[in-house]
Amino acid sequence: MDFPVVAVLAATLTIATPLVFGALGALLGERTGVLNLGIEGTLYAGAFIGFLVAARTGSLALATLAAVVAGALAGALMALLAVTLGVNQHVAGIGITLLLVAACDFTNRQLFGGGQQTVTEKFGRLFAGGGIVAQYPMTFVAFLVLAPAVWWVLRSTGAGLRLTAVGENPEAADTAGISVARTRWTALVVGGALMGLGGSFLTLSVLGTFTLDIVSGRGWICIALVIFGRWKVVPVVLGALLFGLFDALQLQLAITPAFGSIPNELLIALPYLVVIAALAVRGRGVRYPGAYLTAYRRA
Amino acid sequence: MAAARSGDVSSLRAAPLVELRGITKRFGSLLANDAIDLSVDAGQVLALLGENGAGKSTLTRILYGLSRADAGEIRIAGKPVTMTSPADALAAGIGMVTQEFTLVGPMTVTENLMLAGSPLGRVDRKAARARVLAASERLGVPVDPDAVVERLSVGERQRVEILKALLGDCRLLVLDEPTAVLVPADVDLLFASIRRLTAEGMAVVFISHKLHEVVDLADRIGVLRRGRLVADLPAEGLDPVAIAALMVGAAGPADADLPDDVVDEALATAVGLDGAAPSTQAGPVDQGRPAALQVTGLSLAGDPRPRLDDVSLTVRAGEIVGVAGVSGNGQTELVAALCGTTPVTTGTVRVGDAEVTGLDVAARLRAGLGRLTEDRRGSVVLGMSVEQNLVLEDLDRFRTGPFLSRRRVRAHAEALIERFDIRAAPGDPIRSLSGGNMQKVLLARALERDPTVLVASQPTRGLDVGACQYVYAQLRALRDAGSGVLLVSEDLDELIGIADRIVVLSGGRLVGEVAAADATREALGVLMTGSREHAA
Repeated sequence: MDFPVVAVLAATLTIATPLVFGALGALLGERTGVLNLGIEGTLYAGAFIGFLVAARTGSLALATLAAVVAGALAGALMALLAVTLGVNQHVAGIGITLLLVAACDFTNRQLFGGGQQTVTEKFGRLFAGGGIVAQYPMTFVAFLVLAPAVWWVLRSTGAGLRLTAVGENPEAADTAGISVARTRWTALVVGGALMGLGGSFLTLSVLGTFTLDIVSGRGWICIALVIFGRWKVVPVVLGALLFGLFDALQLQLAITPAFGSIPNELLIALPYLVVIAALAVRGRGVRYPGAYLTAYRRA
Repeated sequence: MAAARSGDVSSLRAAPLVELRGITKRFGSLLANDAIDLSVDAGQVLALLGENGAGKSTLTRILYGLSRADAGEIRIAGKPVTMTSPADALAAGIGMVTQEFTLVGPMTVTENLMLAGSPLGRVDRKAARARVLAASERLGVPVDPDAVVERLSVGERQRVEILKALLGDCRLLVLDEPTAVLVPADVDLLFASIRRLTAEGMAVVFISHKLHEVVDLADRIGVLRRGRLVADLPAEGLDPVAIAALMVGAAGPADADLPDDVVDEALATAVGLDGAAPSTQAGPVDQGRPAALQVTGLSLAGDPRPRLDDVSLTVRAGEIVGVAGVSGNGQTELVAALCGTTPVTTGTVRVGDAEVTGLDVAARLRAGLGRLTEDRRGSVVLGMSVEQNLVLEDLDRFRTGPFLSRRRVRAHAEALIERFDIRAAPGDPIRSLSGGNMQKVLLARALERDPTVLVASQPTRGLDVGACQYVYAQLRALRDAGSGVLLVSEDLDELIGIADRIVVLSGGRLVGEVAAADATREALGVLMTGSREHAA
């Protein structure tokens, strides 16, 4: 059998792209001690707002910007609830996801319900026909700009030290004159913007339209990837690639006649099962950030 | 020496370096600081003394911007300043080392020290490392700039905290009970460092509840009691007994119900006149007495080193055996292994005649083990009442069929409240009790069963002098009644004072044993820091 290795690897990178945006966005928040479970809704909002603005203005630049702003606002809402008001992070995050998914579905039905599927402009692939490197621009941004940038910021800058200090020991950061609230707000807003951008990849690069349940649990996968990668950039990106690889494999297997007897649902579940297995193996004995899930209040 | 140092700064007397005027802070109905006026000059060491809860920590938190005073002002070099955060305090040249270190465990020493005032952009690790080395030079104690903080000892972490203050260019260094966590050798290093720094002109506020340790370090001594400054005197020629009386408030009406000998012992503890030993050793215990607790070859595997390594010890009926050690050297694990909350890897535990090694907690209690665990609030159910907590470990005795007999539970509680002088009603929520009263409830619960041996871990931590004396009296009474007591404590004075023998745990091993009558803080300190020589 002639297995299309190049196509699978190219698909791996494409599939991993929104995961890299989402997981690195989540990682920033979690390094400061805030788990943003609003990620699923934020990806969804990024996908929908990007689609909406593209449909109305025809400008991909404006649409991308709008998705980023929407994500940043979702991050700000999380910060308001979890940092400023000290609401339980799980409740705040899940609430944001429910709110954003419902609001996007509602707006979608109001504006685009009935009639034909609206199709928008979408980004084209660079290096078309170039095999593995025939990718959308955002894929290059994710792997060549964003991941190295986040890695460098965390490793070599004062901002990175602050993020880590706030997440590990907010009291220590506070006594060092670092504002815990401002650091967490910044991380959540920037992280939200990245999630919004990741969500818009699904509509503005891959599909050129919006469908219900377009995110289909990718946000939760990102949360798992951050734990899998132990809050470090390189393993998180590798985890995203691992998920992408299995997702690409199952897509390929689904259209390979030799595997036609395997139920499609089982194949779709494959990458999720791999992530669960990987977490079960690597997720043991994980050392969480010291202030994980904890609101900070001065005594 | 104190006189010489104050002489150096007399020409600068114009305005004190830092001056507190009328600082007042209230928490609910508690007046934590009551119109406190204090000042400190450059090159001076001001020792702030007082019991737990006297208001020392509150005052320093205000000085460092961690709390805001309800009234009063802080002046630096004569100018009023407002402190709303530690950043303001740092900017004003005030550095502080709190009792709970504020270090980021997974980061290195250098990274921790870079945190304050680091830019958002690229940081220069090499330069930061060099600054750390230079500052440790000033301190006179070497510090490894590349060590990961969570792997350092408590003494080393404290040095990192002081370095942090030095790198912030502080002119006033506030040390909140810095010696409470240190072994004697580290205390000496700390004092030497403080002398070096004050010689450079640094002012130091040193908080302690032990007078004897600060008398030759301090230039001035301020004493706080119940939120008020009751003395502010030059250290030279001070009267230790008078200061101690002020500290514990021996003459105060609120303490009138304490018996005289309690106050005397409290004074002795505070002053340290006799090595702080309220000595009442019963003398050498007859080796022929039956063992109340026998531990043989107890080990608990751990990574990378065993957490307990071949621990064997015997507590005989009618003796108190103290366990000394720097925190984290296996005390918690030993107590957990004895109480049955951690399964041991190898070894046996016998209570009286019964082997209890494989038994669960309830079976051990039935076998005659009593326990006072380290975590007082974790040993009661906070949401339940005093009477309910008192019967928790022994429900069967109070059952009528499947139901608890409220009448018998109430009668039981009333009897114990009377016998152990617990200041609470049976129906009070245990959450509302003070630490001392909560400890009385736990003592009552453990002692009421007439244990063959009582394992007591840090039984006086956080208690005031009166409550401590109460606990000591109960432990001694238990010993005199023929039970064994294993007392695990970080307070050497306490161990020397009430134990008959003291064993020392270091790195999970028993590294020595001394008779309490021959024990000194220094000798125990040497053993605690890991020297394997057995004191004969």
